[in-house]
Amino acid sequence: MSKFDLFLQQIFNGLVLGSIYALVALGYTMVYGILQLINFAHGEVVMVGALVSLWVSLKLIASGVPGPLVFVLGLTAAVPACMLLGFLIERIAYRPLRRAPRLAPLITAIGVSIVLQALAMMLWGKQYKSVPQLIPAIPLHVGGATISTLQLFIIAVSCVLMAGLLVLINKTPLGRAMRATAQDPTVAGLMGVDINRVISITFIIGSALAAVAGVLVSQNYGIAHYYMGFLLGLKAFTAAVLGGIGNLTGAMLGGVLLGLIESLGAGYIGDLSGGFFGSHYKDVFAFLVLILVLVLRPSGLLGERVGGRA
Amino acid sequence: MNTLIDWWHRNRRNTRVVWMTFIVVGVLLALLPFAIDAAFGRTWVRIFDFVLLYVMLALGLNIVVGYAGLLDLGYVAFYAVGAYVYALLASAHFDLHLPFWVLLPLGAVIAAGFGVLLGAPTLRLRGDYLAIVTLGFGEIIRIFLNNLDRPYNITNGPQGINLVDPAQLGAFSFSRTQSIGGITFSGAHKYYYLFLALTLLIIFVSIRLERSRIGRAWVAIREDEVAAEAMGINTRNVKLLAFAMGATFGGVSGGLFASFQGFVSPESFGLMDSIMILCMVVLGGMGHVPGVILGALLLTILPEMLRYVGPLQQQWVGRVLVEPADLRMLLFGLALIVVMLLRPAGLLPSTQRRREFKSDNANAPAGTSTTA
Amino acid sequence: MTLARLSAVLAALALWGCGKTESPAPEASKPAGDTQQAAAPASAPAPTEPAAPVVKIGLAVPLTGPQAHLGIEIRDGAQLALDEANEAGVMLGGQKVKFELMAEDDEANPSKATIVAQKLVDAKVAGVVGHMNSGTSIPASKIYSDNNLPNISPSATNPKLTEQGFKTTFRVMANDNQQGKVLGEFATGKLGMKNVVIIDDRTAYGKGLADVVERTVKASGKTPAAREFTDDKSTDFQAILTSAKGKKPDVIIFGGMDPQAGPMAKQMKSLGLTAKLVAGDGVQTPNFIQLAGADAEGHYASSPGVPLDKMAGGSAFADKLVAKYKTKIELYAPYGYDAASLFVEAMKKADSADPAKYIAALAAITHNGVTGPIAFDEKGDLKGGLITIYQVKEGKWMPVETVGGN
Repeated sequence: MSKFDLFLQQIFNGLVLGSIYALVALGYTMVYGILQLINFAHGEVVMVGALVSLWVSLKLIASGVPGPLVFVLGLTAAVPACMLLGFLIERIAYRPLRRAPRLAPLITAIGVSIVLQALAMMLWGKQYKSVPQLIPAIPLHVGGATISTLQLFIIAVSCVLMAGLLVLINKTPLGRAMRATAQDPTVAGLMGVDINRVISITFIIGSALAAVAGVLVSQNYGIAHYYMGFLLGLKAFTAAVLGGIGNLTGAMLGGVLLGLIESLGAGYIGDLSGGFFGSHYKDVFAFLVLILVLVLRPSGLLGERVGGRA
Repeated sequence: MNTLIDWWHRNRRNTRVVWMTFIVVGVLLALLPFAIDAAFGRTWVRIFDFVLLYVMLALGLNIVVGYAGLLDLGYVAFYAVGAYVYALLASAHFDLHLPFWVLLPLGAVIAAGFGVLLGAPTLRLRGDYLAIVTLGFGEIIRIFLNNLDRPYNITNGPQGINLVDPAQLGAFSFSRTQSIGGITFSGAHKYYYLFLALTLLIIFVSIRLERSRIGRAWVAIREDEVAAEAMGINTRNVKLLAFAMGATFGGVSGGLFASFQGFVSPESFGLMDSIMILCMVVLGGMGHVPGVILGALLLTILPEMLRYVGPLQQQWVGRVLVEPADLRMLLFGLALIVVMLLRPAGLLPSTQRRREFKSDNANAPAGTSTTA
Repeated sequence: MTLARLSAVLAALALWGCGKTESPAPEASKPAGDTQQAAAPASAPAPTEPAAPVVKIGLAVPLTGPQAHLGIEIRDGAQLALDEANEAGVMLGGQKVKFELMAEDDEANPSKATIVAQKLVDAKVAGVVGHMNSGTSIPASKIYSDNNLPNISPSATNPKLTEQGFKTTFRVMANDNQQGKVLGEFATGKLGMKNVVIIDDRTAYGKGLADVVERTVKASGKTPAAREFTDDKSTDFQAILTSAKGKKPDVIIFGGMDPQAGPMAKQMKSLGLTAKLVAGDGVQTPNFIQLAGADAEGHYASSPGVPLDKMAGGSAFADKLVAKYKTKIELYAPYGYDAASLFVEAMKKADSADPAKYIAALAAITHNGVTGPIAFDEKGDLKGGLITIYQVKEGKWMPVETVGGN
């Protein structure tokens, strides 16, 4: 395998990882854009999506349904479940606190995250679960590098969803209402936008994306666990900030960039630093890039300059 | 509780009442470990040692988040720095055994240095951008501690540093059980008094800072940075000072933690620990010293109390319906949600904030929020 | 609810809860809400007690958090051992005693571990099975030692645990030095590897194991091609495996656990890496085969002790565990079982549940556990522990060879 093939392989690795980050980051960024709230429980929604679809899939496989169909059915179970969950989280934990000091909903978000983990632990147990492969992963060779059909599928699904979301936000009346609410909720309210409805829908859409991300992640790695949402949520949040939180294109860009940074970081830090630093510093590398970006552009790559709003 | 506070506010100008209160509280605090030892067992003395550690940490974070309004999600890094400074210089790891009274201030100073290091690049950042950078900073410190065992072994990596010297002043060791004047003091008891002394010092400093010129500058920055700058406040220095002060308290408690535990490893300084300290500050009442103390107290003892829920379940229901450990975690999460929903400004908000919040509720438009 | 009311409720809960379960020895001052249970002091069963005196065995493992699945296994294993002892009937000091397990969650958190340790000391347990991790075992072991309470860790592997010089600290798991050496020698010797990449998960366990392996490989005159790192929460190893692939290894040694090794094996396959994965006991689990599926085939992992089905009563143990707790043995259940059994055996030998009396018997014990023959050296480490290397063949772990651990 030549040096260039290795590099190409690392780019592929980064793209797959990044498209998953991007999907999850969208949920963070949408909520943040409208409520200026870090929805810390978002990672747990991803986890619930993965576990619900796994649970449905295992029942279906037992009754002999073919793989891709099981995948679709698992997804159709996970998405509404997560939508409902997202809706409930907003209603119960965030809406009563909309006028509270800004850190109050952060604490309830952490509470929700702990509660969801505990519930998942009770419902599905504490074991790491193996997820049956439903989408075939046939390796395709591009030069000396490989990418599997499953990985291509993940990238494709992410792209389609992101494009769809952009259309929804920019071309539909609902999207206009969402943008208006993000700019100024009071004025939007005066113009006849039902703010509560818009916020609920934002959570529902974000959770649907999270559900898809959960299913894709568990397919890709063949593993699901009640704790899987935490780290993924953290990475996605980082990606959202990198791109400029509140900006949808920024979240996608941030996600893909973070994936590439991690992948190239883990791949090359060791050789570049002469073995002094190794692949265990990949997160340090990612955070340093983030800090550098924020020092140069305090609102992220594509974020707008926000004046007085702290 | 509220009547108690009102009583205090009515009488705070009366010197006699104030002195009497100090004496009564002092005696109660001094007797506390013996009372809980007798009533609940040695475990609870140890838990109260941790309560004091967390009070110090929460007060340190309170300076950054509560006073200056800078959201810090990586505060535990300073705790880690303090702990590792102590552990590296007072253990068999490098075969250095510097005395406790040198290391505690040293850890505090080094932690303050890290505070400035974190503060410097983040001066222009606001709100949640700051949150993610501080979070990243906390992770970077942890990752370095976890990985600096190669190529040169500095921190001993994930295996941590063992056999850290206990706190010692002259020949007086805090870890040994000892009889003084016929009363037996266990290690947990003696550490309680050490921690109590430093906690009281930190409370005193916190309150003095709050009412000082610097404290008012912090609040001004919190409320409106542009206006504060226009009023002639050097926001850069004042912000850096907030980070440094907060980090100092973290460094002190870190050193105490290392001496108390006798062992440090990176797993004690994860993101979840930062978040828990933040919860203590916010849940208790940001920017208000009694509130923050209450927050630290509740969030440290609540998980321990919830350990008794498992056996209770067995007695009430007759069998184990839900795994006790799961139930405990569930109840803890629910408690966070319920308390915040019932008291969005914290359990004991400062009077200023209480007023703000009330007027905020009355006339603030939907969606806008008070600054952090 | 006002704050006053809330705190009153909490305080009441605390008072009541503590009084309920914590009531230590009777000679201690009376706790509030005095509802003394059958929590008789373990040491001296009072002859007036009509019911069988209770000997409490403490257990401290993570029961919540990302490692809970391992913790509950230890708990179920220990519970089974005590249940069996109770069924068989154990006489101590001329009296039939009843063993009870007091399980506490240490959350794999060193600070919590010391609180839990103190709690077990306060509850006057007669011995402690735990802790699971090295990071919790080390600070807790000091508290046990200060209170002369023996503890047996079922799974902590950091050599430092037993190097502290405590008379009360034991473990039934081979330490990193013992297992890492066997793995390194197996890879260089029997596997005849030419080029090795070593990966660890940056935990005390994974790093400790990988370091010893690296030393052993170097001692054999070979140089590892690269050392790569991941963490114990990752599932994506594409990047490090890609750079490993650039070094053309024929063996990859992994210090870590099955939730990482499973996906790792899959990703090795999809990247076209044909190297053999060699790992420690954290990977020698049914879960690894499940997680990696067909891609588990041909990989190796070691485990202390001899194969379960070769042990007298080994497979019976597995069946009982499944029947009773619906717990499949993944990894640590047998060690939890053995640790608890050792306490029972030592107490029987000394005819007392008093730690001061039975600790000598525990230190000198020779016992045939389900994980193999157990005896302790002067530090409390497993003496001459046997280590077996397994390979996945047709979806099952098959023993390849058993080596002496020293």
